[in-house]
Amino acid sequence: MTRVLVAMSGGVDSSVAAALLQRAGHDVVGVTMKLWGGASDTGCCSVADVDDARRVAQQLGIDHYVFNFGDDFMDRVVGPYVADHGAGRTPNPCVECNRHLKFDLLLRRADRLGFDAVATGHHARVERDENGGRWRLLRGADGAKDQSYVLHMLGQAELARVLLPVGAMVKDDARRLAGELGLRTAAKPDSQDVCFITSTGGRQEFLRQRLPLHAGRVVDRDGRDVGTVPAVELVTIGQRKGLGLGGSPTPRYAVAVDVAARTVTVGAEDDLLTRSLVVERMTWVDAPVAGEVEVQYSAHGAARAATFADGVVRWSRPQRRVAPGQSVVLYRGDEVLGGGVASSS
Amino acid sequence: MRPASVEAMLPFLGGHTGNPSGAHAAARRSRKAIDEARDVVADCLGARPGEIVFTGSGTEADNLAITGLLARRGGTAVCTAIEHHAVLDPVEHAGGRIVAVDADGVVSPEALAGAVDGDTSIVSVMLANNEVGSVQPLSDVDAAVHTDAVQAVTWLDVASLAARADLISVSAHKFGGPQGVGALVVRDGVELEPLVLGGGQERGLRSGTHNTAGIVGLAAALREAVDTRDETVRRLGELRDRLADGLLSRVPGCTETGSRDRKVAGICHLCFEDVDAESLLMLLDQAGLYASAGSSCSSGAMEPSHVLVAMGVPKELAGGSVRLSLGWSSTDADVDAALELIPPAVEQLRGDGAGWGRGPASARRRGAGDPPGEKQ
Repeated sequence: MTRVLVAMSGGVDSSVAAALLQRAGHDVVGVTMKLWGGASDTGCCSVADVDDARRVAQQLGIDHYVFNFGDDFMDRVVGPYVADHGAGRTPNPCVECNRHLKFDLLLRRADRLGFDAVATGHHARVERDENGGRWRLLRGADGAKDQSYVLHMLGQAELARVLLPVGAMVKDDARRLAGELGLRTAAKPDSQDVCFITSTGGRQEFLRQRLPLHAGRVVDRDGRDVGTVPAVELVTIGQRKGLGLGGSPTPRYAVAVDVAARTVTVGAEDDLLTRSLVVERMTWVDAPVAGEVEVQYSAHGAARAATFADGVVRWSRPQRRVAPGQSVVLYRGDEVLGGGVASSS
Repeated sequence: MRPASVEAMLPFLGGHTGNPSGAHAAARRSRKAIDEARDVVADCLGARPGEIVFTGSGTEADNLAITGLLARRGGTAVCTAIEHHAVLDPVEHAGGRIVAVDADGVVSPEALAGAVDGDTSIVSVMLANNEVGSVQPLSDVDAAVHTDAVQAVTWLDVASLAARADLISVSAHKFGGPQGVGALVVRDGVELEPLVLGGGQERGLRSGTHNTAGIVGLAAALREAVDTRDETVRRLGELRDRLADGLLSRVPGCTETGSRDRKVAGICHLCFEDVDAESLLMLLDQAGLYASAGSSCSSGAMEPSHVLVAMGVPKELAGGSVRLSLGWSSTDADVDAALELIPPAVEQLRGDGAGWGRGPASARRRGAGDPPGEKQ
């Protein structure tokens, strides 16, 4: 029997994770991380979600605790999210939360508390190589729900102590099992958005309260003014809507954002295409890899063929530019090799 | 709960409990029990029976005192920075003034007097703080005086210390009575606006059917708490000293919050360097020792303590602060268990947490007969 600390968000997947581990005979304790104290009607931090997690723990008969990581979440996730937008990047806060909160702070605290492993409800798989004993991170069994992208920062030290029990299931089966066990979260809708952004105010309102947003010029590639945007900090490379270009005969896209100059440059779809992508802050699941890979640059986007060497992805076929700040994850088949962040350069 | 309190409540929990506002025999039995409880509470708190208002909690008593008085008299409120949120929040809500405390968590009469002006209609100062146990002086000011005596009843002679107060709040569960019942002393001549309107119970100050069992249980617990107070203070003062001194000598990087001679006997409040209180409390809980830190919000997450902030305790130290409360039921064996469990728990939590592979330093489990560290 292993002592496992299960991170329970109050959603169906982590509820099932706790139930599966308990069923497998582990000594299970549940914890909900209180990350965000602000007003948010979605995500994993509302009082209602903590209630759901606690009630599921009660149903399973396991102890449940709440860890308040609010200050760390502000320092490591929300602050950088706001700063990135201020610098014209498009960050992925869920990745930073996994990197700094779930798989660093929580893991270290679990270690101090004497737990052998930490489990979450992510749809991804952790397997151990039969030969070298190395740990591998693989896509979840449910392709549509695969979350390996947001877990790419896990290395050997983390994977050795992380359990992802629902990664081998398709979502429908997880829900079915939750229903069979009578868990109150069985029919709870999936969380969709960034947990600290409200669906009413949205990203724009959230950032407006924390960042001076500036109206900007929209120019074409010859520098001619063609429109304006209310907040240049909120424009993402590749964006087509909301650029004030209504009535344009051919679709035009944001191909460059210069926050300092408060200017967005638009161009045709072809102007977005590029042969390469510079990746910063690379981390590897195991040893660094070079050569032929598949590269995914959004949570549920397709992985595209490329080669990787010296921090540069070279696409086999031209791809649209990736917005700076987005996570770029390298795969071979179902296996995550590592990942980093799209550079501004 | 005190057995005497449970026993007093039982006749009003089963069978036919009459509504004390009714006009039949069962109602009269309930009425009589409440009347007698009122006499007991008045006697214990140095008030007259007609000055006792039963409420649903200490929080409700605090709110009724402050919000009810401001609604009647107008003006503003003043309170100390270490009040319970049940006082702090209504005072802040009414735009009141908050008075600083010293490093021991005690407010000075001068500071309090300095905050009172012609517009002040109520001053609220708790008798004993609920987190660190610091005892506050009640001074005469040119306004109505309210004291939150919720934490004080077990330890202090409320009747004499709060003799000059116009309003006194207590809560049953803090002295061995049931949860969900409190009382407010409202001196004759002090007029309040009720928060709850309806049937006019409690002289119109707290409408709603009486919680007969709770009120009877409150009175029985209060009677016993007051009658045994001297002995409780002596016995638990010794236990607390043994606990605090034992931990201070065994655990490096451990400091006591505030001066012990300015606190009530039952509170041991310590700060452990390089430890987060959430983890320590979880370890202790898993081992069957219940302690607390700061105050809890509705989600169950721990919030930084406003009391420690007011006392000037550095944030890093406050993050490792633990309150070990001793009550009338605490024993020598409890202190022995705490002295045995806490030093290794603190030691365990001071690692960097990057020790995956070393194996768990401890796997203590709650439950009878599990010797520490045996079960993996």
